[in-house]
Order: sequence, then C-alpha cells, then structure tokens
Amino acid sequence: MWLCNSSIGRKVIMSVTGAALILFLTFHGCMNVVALFSESAYNQICKLLGSNWYAIVATMGLAALMALHVVYAFILTFQNRKARGNNKYAVTSKPAIVEWASQNMLVLGIIVALGLVLHLHDFWANMMWAEIIGAEGLQCPPTDGFGWIKFTFSNPVFVVLYLIWIAAIWMHLTHGFWSAMQTLGWSGHIWFNRWKCIGYVWSSVVMAMFAIVAIAFTFCPDCLGKCDGNVLPFIF
Amino acid sequence: MAINIDSKIPEGPVAEKWSNYKAHQRLVNPKNKLKLDVIVVGTGLAGASAAASLGEMGFNVLNFCIQDSPRRAHSIAAQGGINAAKNYQNDGDSVYRLFYDTVKGGDYRAREANVYRLAEVSNSIIDQCVAQGVPFAREYGGTLANRSFGGAQVSRTFYAKGQTGQQLLLGAYSSLSAQVQAGKVKLFTRYEMEDLVIVDGHARGIIAKNLVTGELERFTANAVVIATGGYGNAYFLSTNAMGCNCTAAIQCYRKGAMMANPSYVQIHPTCIPVHGDNQSKLTLMSESLRNDGRIWVPKKLEDAKALQAGTKYGWDIPEEDRDYYLERRYPAFGNLVPRDVASRAAKERCDKGFGVNNTGLAVYLDFSESIQRLGLDIVLQRYGNLFDMYEEITDVNPGEKRATVNGVDYYNPMMIFPAIHYTMGGIWVDYELQTSIPGLFAIGECNFSDHGANRLGASALMQGLADGYFVLPYTIQNYLADQAIWPKISTDAPEFAEVEKATEARIQKLMNIKGKRSVDSIHKELGHICWEYIGMGRTKEGLEKGIELLKGIRKEFETNLFIPGDRMGLNVELDKAIHLDDFITMGSLMAHDALSREESCGGHFREEHQTEEGEAKRDDANFFYVGCWKYEGSDDATPTLIKEPLEYEAIKVQTRNYKN
Amino acid sequence: MANISFTVKFWKQNGPKDAGHFDSHELKNIPDDTSFLEALDILNEELIAEGKEPFVFDHDCREGICGMCSLYINGTPHGKTERGATTCQLYVRKFKDGDVVTVEPWRSAGFPVIKDCMVDRTAFDKIIQAGGYTTVRTGAPQDANAILIPKPDADEAMDCASCIGCGACVAACKNGSAMLFVSSKVSQLALLPQGRVEAAKRAKAMVAKMDELGFGNCTNTRACEAVCPKCETIANIARLNREFIKAKLAD
Repeated sequence: MWLCNSSIGRKVIMSVTGAALILFLTFHGCMNVVALFSESAYNQICKLLGSNWYAIVATMGLAALMALHVVYAFILTFQNRKARGNNKYAVTSKPAIVEWASQNMLVLGIIVALGLVLHLHDFWANMMWAEIIGAEGLQCPPTDGFGWIKFTFSNPVFVVLYLIWIAAIWMHLTHGFWSAMQTLGWSGHIWFNRWKCIGYVWSSVVMAMFAIVAIAFTFCPDCLGKCDGNVLPFIF
Repeated sequence: MAINIDSKIPEGPVAEKWSNYKAHQRLVNPKNKLKLDVIVVGTGLAGASAAASLGEMGFNVLNFCIQDSPRRAHSIAAQGGINAAKNYQNDGDSVYRLFYDTVKGGDYRAREANVYRLAEVSNSIIDQCVAQGVPFAREYGGTLANRSFGGAQVSRTFYAKGQTGQQLLLGAYSSLSAQVQAGKVKLFTRYEMEDLVIVDGHARGIIAKNLVTGELERFTANAVVIATGGYGNAYFLSTNAMGCNCTAAIQCYRKGAMMANPSYVQIHPTCIPVHGDNQSKLTLMSESLRNDGRIWVPKKLEDAKALQAGTKYGWDIPEEDRDYYLERRYPAFGNLVPRDVASRAAKERCDKGFGVNNTGLAVYLDFSESIQRLGLDIVLQRYGNLFDMYEEITDVNPGEKRATVNGVDYYNPMMIFPAIHYTMGGIWVDYELQTSIPGLFAIGECNFSDHGANRLGASALMQGLADGYFVLPYTIQNYLADQAIWPKISTDAPEFAEVEKATEARIQKLMNIKGKRSVDSIHKELGHICWEYIGMGRTKEGLEKGIELLKGIRKEFETNLFIPGDRMGLNVELDKAIHLDDFITMGSLMAHDALSREESCGGHFREEHQTEEGEAKRDDANFFYVGCWKYEGSDDATPTLIKEPLEYEAIKVQTRNYKN
Repeated sequence: MANISFTVKFWKQNGPKDAGHFDSHELKNIPDDTSFLEALDILNEELIAEGKEPFVFDHDCREGICGMCSLYINGTPHGKTERGATTCQLYVRKFKDGDVVTVEPWRSAGFPVIKDCMVDRTAFDKIIQAGGYTTVRTGAPQDANAILIPKPDADEAMDCASCIGCGACVAACKNGSAMLFVSSKVSQLALLPQGRVEAAKRAKAMVAKMDELGFGNCTNTRACEAVCPKCETIANIARLNREFIKAKLAD
C-alpha cells in the first residue's frame, strides 16, 4: 500500500490526520467559546456529546486519527534519523527562512500529547468516561461541562499548564497547516504564501479561543455564562 | 604501425557526401550489435550522447568518466548557446550558410566535408534535445527563441538561459541514464583511462585506473571511442575545469594516433583577469558584453602606471585620455571584432605597458557610455546577471556610479583579459571520426575535425552533439560491421598484461621520484611557459626557446616531483602528476606545430606573419593543410609532421577583413 | 584589497568506515580576492611541503555550474554567500581576520564519505536512472517547433532544470531527504508536454528509488531551498507530491 511504503504516502497520512485534527480543534474551540456566554447552552452541548453512541463512535475515530498521527510521527522520525546518518555536524547554522517549529515538530508533538493526557484527565475522564462507567461522587455531574471548566481553572497551576499547552499546539499548527497542504500537493509559488497566511490566522484564532476561555475562567469565573441560550436549533 | 592519412571523404558534391556515405556504408545487423562492445571514454556532450545512442542501437557500451557523475563533464559550463540552421527566424539561414560561416570563422583551415555534415545534422540536434525536455528559451507563441552570435549575420543560436551547455548535457545525461537503466550502458565513474590496448593493430581495450581504490583495471571491447575534451589546461590557467586533461588523448598519440593542428588554441577575450599567483582557474564573462561595453586603456603611460599602482582609478581618467583601441583600429566592427582579434589587441596594449590592474594584465570594459545612453535599468536587464557574477568574483559592481565629471557619469569599469578557452586542435580523425589507429575513434573537442583554426561561438556544443548523436553511431558501424566474426579478446591476453604492466611502471616511476616540488608548482611553471611562448603572439625564437624550456620542465618534473601518499587508494596528487606528465608532452606538440606553421591563421598568430596594420596574414600557398604529428617513440624526440592537404570545392578561400 | 589570516579546521576521514577527525591549519596573509577553494589549494601546497597528504575535496569547474564542489562551511552547505552560489564561488573576503573556518563533508547516510570531504553521490545518478528522462530514440523526434510550449511553462521548467545535483539539499536537511533534487527533475519534465506522457510512471519510479536508497522523508522544513545554490524552491516538492499522489490514485 503506497500510503505505508512510500515516503510521500506516509506524509499523506500525517497530513490527512493532521488536517482532520485541526478541524476537530476548530470545532472544539467554537464549542468552548459558547461557555463564555451561556452556561445552559454549553451544557446542552456537553450533554449532546456525552455518552451517546454517535459521540462515542466519533471519539473513537478521533482517537484513531490521533494514534495514527503519533505512530507515523515516530516512524517518520526514526527513518529520518537513520537517513541523516550517525555523523553529526560540528557546526550548524539555521537559515533564516527555516522556522524553529518546522524542525521540532516531534518535540512540540510530545508536549501536545502530554498536555492531552492532562486534559483528558481533567475533563474527558470526568465527563464522557464518567458517564460511560457511571462514576459517582464527583465534584460536578458529568454533563456539567461549565462546572468542570470553572473547577479546573480555579487552580492557577492548571491555567499555566494549559497556556503552555495551547502555545505548543499553536506552534505545531502554524507549521502543520501549510505543511499538510504542501504534502497533499496543493501548494506552489503562490499558494505557499496563501496557505502560510491562512494557517497563521486559522491557528491563531482557534488557539485564541481556547486561551480566552482558560484566562477568562481564571480571572472572572462568576461573570461568565450568564445568557440564557439554546444551541439545539442551530444543530438540528 | 601503418600510418593512414586517408581522410576517407566520400565522393560527390559537398552537399551530398553525407547522404551518399550513409546510403552506402556497412551496417551491423541487430543480432550482431548485441555481441559487440564499445568503450566510450568521457561523458560530456559527445561522450554521453554517443554512449546513449550506441546503447539504444543495441551495442553494449562501457562508459567512463573521471568525475563522480556523468553530469559533471565540462560541457556543462558552456553559457551562450548552440547553433543550428533551422531558419526559424526567417532571416535567410540555411545549411549552406551555417557551413560557410563555420568554414570562414575557422579561417579556412577546416575540412569542407566535415563542416558541411556538421551544418546538415545541426537541425536534428535541436529536435532531439527538445524531445528530451531541454527547456530552450521560447517566444510567447510557444515557438523556440533565437539569439545572434559573433561571426554570423543571422540569428541561429538556441539557448537555455545562460546555461545552455548544462541543459544540453543534462539532456544527453538523461538519455544515457535511460540506457544505464536498460542495461545497455555500464557506467564507470571516478575511473580514468590511462592507456590504450592495441591487439593486431586494432584498438581493443583500455587500461583504466579506479580513482578511488587506485587499482588498474582492464576493459576489452570491439572499438574504443575517446571523448575526453581539450588540452587547454596545459596552460595551467584556462577556462577549463580543474579536472580537464589530455592524458587519454596523449596516450592514444603515444600509441600511434596522430595529433592534428595542436597549435590552434582559442583565446577568449572577455575573461576576468588573473588576480594573483594563487589563482587556480579563469572565469569567462559572456562575449555578449561587448555589444554594449566599450573596451579601453589609458592613452598616457603615466595614467596606466598610476592605475597599476592603485593611486588612480578608472573613473579618474577623463574621456579625452582614454584609448578605445578596438574602435580606433577596427572602425567597422569596433568592439565586436572576432575573439582572436580582440584578444591580440588587448595583449598588444598590455605589452606596451598600458594594462590597468596591479599586474598590468587587464583592460577596461566600460558601460558608462551605454548606461548614459540607455539608462541603468535597460543595461541591467541585458547584463544584470553578468554584473552580479562579476561582482561576486571581484567585489566590484559595474552598475555603480563612481564620479561625475562635466556632467558625464562614470561607472565602475569591468576589467577583462584574454584567457585560454578552447582547443581546436586534437586527435586526427578521418571523415568517419576514426583515428589513425583502426578501431579508435575520437569525438567532440578532443578531435580536431570541424573548427579549423578558430571556433565560432555556440559551435562547440553543436559539434559535440553532432558527433555523438548523429555521426559516430553511423560511422562506427562501418568499422564494426566485420568485427562480430572475430572472437572477443580476453582481458587475460598478453597485450593487456603488457600495457597494464607499463602503466604500473609509469606510475611507480612517478611515485619514486620523491623530490621536493608539488605537482601544481611545476604545472604553474609549465603554464607560464606555454602562455609566454605558445600563447597569443608567437615567434620563431620564442617557440624555439619554449621547446627548450619545456625540456627543462620535463627534467624538473622527472627529478624533483613529490607525490605524497600511497600508490594505492585515492591519491589526487598522483592523478594530477599523470596529467601533468602529459600536459608537458602536449605543450611541446603545440610548440612544434606552431613553429612549423609559418603563417598566422585563426587562433595561431605568428608575429612574423602579419600585415603592416598588425593583422594575421595567412599563407594559403604553403600552409593549406592539416598538420598531423606522429609520435616518434619518445616524448623527447621531435615528432614527425605529416600533411593532410585541404581541398575546397564549394567555398572560395578569402582573407578575413574586419576593418571596413 | 587586504590580506587576512585565518584558521581552517578541516575534516579528515580515511574511507567510509573510518571515524574521522578534524585537523587544523593556519593560513597566513591570504589576499581577500582569493576564492575559498584557492585558499584550500594553498593549504594543500603547505601540507605537501610538510610531506603530508593533502586535504581531499571534490571540485571541478570552479564557476558554480558542475555541482562537484560540496563543502559544508561554518554550518552551511557551500558556505554563506550573498546569492545562491556554490563552494567555489565563496571568496576569502567573506571571512574576517582571525576566523576559524570549519569545513565538513556533506553528512548524510545517502552520501557515504570516500575520503575527507569527498562523498559518494552516485545515489543521485541512480534516482535519475530510475526515470529522470523522456524515452526518445536518437533521430526519431519531430521538428522542434512542432511542440509549442507556452513561455511561462518553458521558463518554469528551465528554473527547475537548473538543479546542478550538488546534494546541498540533502546535506542541509535534518532528515537527509532528497526531495528537492527529485522534485526538480520531476517538475521540469512534468511541466513540458514532452515529459507528460511518462509523468506518472516517472514520479512513482523516482520516488521509489529515492526511498529504496535510504533518503529520508520530507518534513517541509525548507532548509533545502534556503541553501540551494540554484534557488530551487519547495514549490517543486509540492508539484512532485501532486504528481505522485495523482499517479497513485489513478492506479
């Protein structure tokens, strides 16, 4: 299968899974922003994405994408190190156009994955997972996403960790976005700059959405989510 | 060994010779082709195209090059373009006109039949290259673009940016690669041919040195083709690549192949001057600069002295004190006189002390006037990349204004000086490109065949590819037709053992000199002698002295050379030493030929033979021949001159005139 | 013009198996209009005068076109020059008095060291042999002007074709990837009608050969285009990806 046994094929897997994860992040970010305005609307979403079968299937799909992305990241890195050879340059200098992120996607990816573990522990385990296994005696009910946000960001350590995590994802995306398009062949002299610009704007907006929620819930948890809202008409 | 001076020119009118030849030559049947091996030494335009074409036909080809890849051959450095008589510009070009221009440009010292064939196949070359994907420059309508070049009244030069040689070579290299993939060509990179193996009077193989392991290896074949380029590096400083050498050619000469017209060396007028003793190589600036640049030196000797001392600069010399000597001497052609004329004029001024750089060996090429007339933008559009290249090398930007005197702006002038560029002479070949040794063929710059005493711009690429794609693959069959019946010679044959032993002995001799001097230091000395006595202006006394000095160099080489490192393994110094040994022999060949040719023609200028105005004076009554030199058993012995008379039937021999 | 003195720290390695080490040598009073390779010639003359073996490196045309020279100087393939240029177009004036100039070979598993800074780049030839051509018999083609090619396509193909196969892209790439080299050839031929016929086959064959020879995967770091002496760009790589994916999807 060319997706596994050719260098470009392997990169296509990285690109497609990466792009899908970016779309997921975009959706997730939009959902989070709802919490800033309406507690009820946000919890409606949380309920919708709780332990319903479609949500579980989607989550498993997401996990598979993530796993593929990570496994291929390690395969590619292993192959690339081998191709590089054992002799290292004594002196190196990085050309100006080479972005730090582009050469450190694995490092950034590992930071992102560690952050993800934290995130899953803080939210997913207390929400979807708790609902599935029917856990009891938790701080908040599993469908009270709003409450979980408030609870998590009441601890300033978590805020800092989340902001670091968000910054790492941002860096990962600024390269990953145009790189995915480049690998899929949708680039060239003109589109390269367009994708790069779109990628910066897109990842900045998405990550800003995450960051704003974290910061807002740290400094002013009680002034948020006051509007009455109903998202169901928008979804159905 | 029988020396064959039959040029084998086919019967009939010049325009029909090649067709007649092809119609009547012997061919090898497809089955027999599979049984026949051909060695091709060299992977430049000629070598790569020949190897690819022969492989495609079905022959088994062994292809050798000294570089790490066939794509590195020095054909790659040609900038300008390639001529062809396509007449795409509708400006009246034709095969005959290209033929005529080439013969005239060669100062009537080339073989008519060969040149006509060259012009005839020139069109197929362009077709071939386009099919290979060579990205020639194009017009907006999608058709091919042309530019004009010196020595012609039509635009017939096809080009690919300033990298035509590179693109043509990559085209040939790609065809060669296809044949390697198909298993028809076996490639040997980092191998150098050290000697030719002759069995029963026929070339049957070579001894090659694996440059990485140092081992000598034997290769057998039914025919040997050498395509190893020119011998310009005998001068040490030239526009040739560092690795260019004449070792294979000289070995063939020692084995009985005659060397023809070795004194015909082209000196290119627009090179960047030598900056010091450490210089390793000269860089050519495109000749097109002479279209808008004006060449000058100071009128006053004291100004030249000041320039040499660095107390004055070009822009300090006012207009009235400048001597635009080409415009002065050749009012009709001005700065656009042919290469040989422009080169000699520059030397003449510098010899009189008017040189403008610290070594006194440079003249100015000034764009001030054209920048004033056209504006800097237009000049940069035309020559921007050349200005960049000049600045990269010299750190001087010719587009930078330095002074304004009386409302006239003066820009940084470029400095240029002539340099050895191309060798028209080479191994003697007949119409079939076969040398005087049966079974040994020579193609490309390493043969003497098509340029006479001077080569026109954009013709070298044409000749290399013509030989490799369209001439040799036919003519070699005339020889190979009856070879299939002979059993293959084994590399264990005593002839191979003997030649390998001799080669090893030669190498051991060099390794065992254990003197004090490096190869380069002796090579530089050889270069000085060649440049001084066998360079642009030659005299009887100078050449005789040169021959004596070369003997001295030979002695110095044989007694005082030092090669560090071991005989086996990669030893760059050893390989350079072998080259140098042969360059010395080449130098003395050039000197002998120049001495015997008591006339001035093309790249060969004998100061005794000039008109009152200092122009070259040909002597068609006595020197209308190809000078072929036969080896006489030792490098010290004077070679024997054998003359191949030239016969012109289509063209009337005239004197070149560039004054009016 | 001035003279400067500087130290050259150069890599010595006797064959692919040898561990290799740096040697140092001070060059005194070198005129700054000397090219860097000429400075190395001086270095070698001095080494030979001391009875030592010279420092081995590849070089040939010394005018930036043959692609033979291949030195990694102070952390940059071909050294830092103002414009795209090869090692042979680097001049001593780019250095300062007292500098230490570190000279290393291309370091990549695809390019084993032959000796010192001379490396084996035959892998590039093998990739071209796998399909970097149009299949055409000598003498068979139609008239050159029978194939009309729009000028922008011809110009773009020319830019792709300028690649000199020096290997700086591989040397600069942290993944040892040869994608810029491969994509430049694939692009040149993909842009021209003559090359379109075999475009799919070519892209597949050349990429397969590149992978087989152990070159790394491209991660779009752009280090290759930053150091390419002929200014090839990663737009070529995008085109190769496109050609390759299209070819595979069509199978």
